[in-house]
Amino acid sequence: MKDQKQNNRSMLRGAVTLVAAAVIYEAVARSGLFAAALLPTIPTILSALVVMVRDGTMEWHAAYTLYRVLFGFFLAVVFALPLGVLMARFKRAEDFFLPLVSALMPIPSFALVPLFMLWFGIGNLTTIMIVFYAASFPMLFNTWSGVRSVNPLWLRAAGSMGADERRLFWKVIIPGAFPFIITGMRQAFLRCWIAVVGAEMIAASDWGLGWVIYDAKEFLNADVMLASLIVIGGIGFVFERVVFGSLERATVLRWGMVRMAKG
Amino acid sequence: MQDAATIVMQDVPPGAPTGAPDAGRERWRTVWRNAFPFLVVGALWEIVAWTGIFPRQLFPTLEDIVRSFAALTVAGILPHHTVETLLRLVTGFTLAASFGVTIGMLMGRSRRAEDIFLPLVSILAPIPGIAYTPLFLLWFGPGNFSAVLLVGFVSMFPVIYNTWTGVKAVKEIWLRSAQAMGASNRRLFRHVILPGALPYILTGLRLGLGQAWRILVAVEMLAAVPWGLGWLIFGAREFLNTDAMMAGVIVIAVIGLALEKFVFQRIETYTVVRWGMITAS
Repeated sequence: MKDQKQNNRSMLRGAVTLVAAAVIYEAVARSGLFAAALLPTIPTILSALVVMVRDGTMEWHAAYTLYRVLFGFFLAVVFALPLGVLMARFKRAEDFFLPLVSALMPIPSFALVPLFMLWFGIGNLTTIMIVFYAASFPMLFNTWSGVRSVNPLWLRAAGSMGADERRLFWKVIIPGAFPFIITGMRQAFLRCWIAVVGAEMIAASDWGLGWVIYDAKEFLNADVMLASLIVIGGIGFVFERVVFGSLERATVLRWGMVRMAKG
Repeated sequence: MQDAATIVMQDVPPGAPTGAPDAGRERWRTVWRNAFPFLVVGALWEIVAWTGIFPRQLFPTLEDIVRSFAALTVAGILPHHTVETLLRLVTGFTLAASFGVTIGMLMGRSRRAEDIFLPLVSILAPIPGIAYTPLFLLWFGPGNFSAVLLVGFVSMFPVIYNTWTGVKAVKEIWLRSAQAMGASNRRLFRHVILPGALPYILTGLRLGLGQAWRILVAVEMLAAVPWGLGWLIFGAREFLNTDAMMAGVIVIAVIGLALEKFVFQRIETYTVVRWGMITAS
C-alpha cells in the first residue's frame, strides 16, 4: 500500500522532471540566445518529424538502416553461433580460434570502417560487414561460455537415458546454453545498432538514419537531426524491449531456465 | 599480441597434465599453441597479398605493413597520434567518471535525485552515443572540445547506471549496524557505502571506458581533429595508404587490449578482491 503510494509519487516526479526539462529547453530555444537553426523549438522538431514521415523519407531511411543491421546481424548469427559451439565442444577448435578472437575483439568496429570502405566500396556492403564484425564477438563469446557452462549432470543424465549425440546436442546442450545465447544476441544487437549508425555516418551512402543525421549537419538542419535521433532511439528501444523480450519469454522463460525479472 | 593471447589462454585449463617437472617445456608449448593460429593467418594473408588477386595498394603484404609501422614510428608520427588519442580518452573518461559516479551516488542515496535523474537518463541512454556526434559538432564546433565532451557524455551512462545500482545494492543491515555502532554520515559513506558499491562502480567504469574507447575512434574520424589514431586511419584512406591504416589499427588493438587486461583487472585486484567483496577468478 505504502509502496504503491511511493511509486505513484515517483511517477509524478518523473513526469514533472520531463515536463520541466522540456519547458526549460523550450524557453532557452525561444530566448534567442542561440541561433534557431542550432537549437530548434520542440514544435519545430515534431513538425520536421511529421513532414519526414508523411513524405515517406523517414520510412525509407529507417528501412535502409534496418535492412543493413538485420542482414549483418543475421550473418553474425550464421557465422558466430556455430563457431562458438564448435569452440566450446572441441578443444582443437578452441586452441585455434581463441587467440585470434582475443586479438581481434579489442579493435573497435569503427576503426575498420575506412579499411572496409577501400575493400568493399561505399554503400551497403561496407555497412553490413561492419555490423557483422561488431555483432560477431559478443555472440561468439556468449555462446562459447554458454555451451561450456551446461551442467555436466544434465549431459550424463541424458546420456544414461540413451540420448544419442544429436539428441544430446539439440535437446540438452542448445537449450542449456540458450540463456547465454540470448544475452549474446542482446549485446550483439546493441553493438550493431551503434555500429550501423556510425558506419552510415563515416561511409556516407545516400540513405540511412545515420547518414541523415550527419547530412543534416551540413545544412544546419538541427530539427531534422533531432527528429532522426528520436527515431533511432525509438527503434533501438523497441528491439531491446519487444523483440528480445518476447524471444526470451518464448524460450528460456517458458523452459524455466531463468526466472522472470521484475519489470 | 601473442602475449595478450597467452594471458587469455591461462583461463582455460591446459589439456596436458600440469605439474610435470619440465615446466619450461610446458610454457613453450603454450606459447607455440597461441602463436600457431597467427602464423597460419599470417601465411594466408601473405599468400593472398603476393598472388596479387587484390591490388597491392588495397591489400599490402605484411612486410609493407611492418615497414610502414616502423617508418611512422621512427618519424614520430604514430607516437604523436597515439598520445593525442590517449589524452582525449583520459580527459573524456575522467569527465564521465567524475560526473557519472556523483550522479549515480546521488540517485542511489536520495529518492528525490532518483526521481529527477532517472527519467532523463532512461531517455538519453538508449540512443547510440555515436548518433549524438553531429549534434555536438553543430553545437560546439568541430575539434577537440566536441570530441572530448562527446566521449565523456556517452561513457557517462553506464557509470551512472552501475553506480546507482551498486549504491542501492548495499545491504541494509550493513548500514544499520554501522549506524548502530555510531558511524557518522561521512564514515558511513567512506567505510560502508563506497566499498559496498565499488564492485558495481568498477563494472560501470569498465563498461564506460570500453564505450569511450569505441566511440573515440569514430569521433576522431568525424570531428576533424588534427591528430589522433582515428584521424590517421581515416586520412590514410584518401591516399590509399592501406599499410599506414593497418599500422593504426594495430596500435588501436593493442591499446584496447591493454585497457581491458591491465588497467581494470589490476584495479579490481587492488580494491574489491583485496577487500573480499568478490573472489578473484
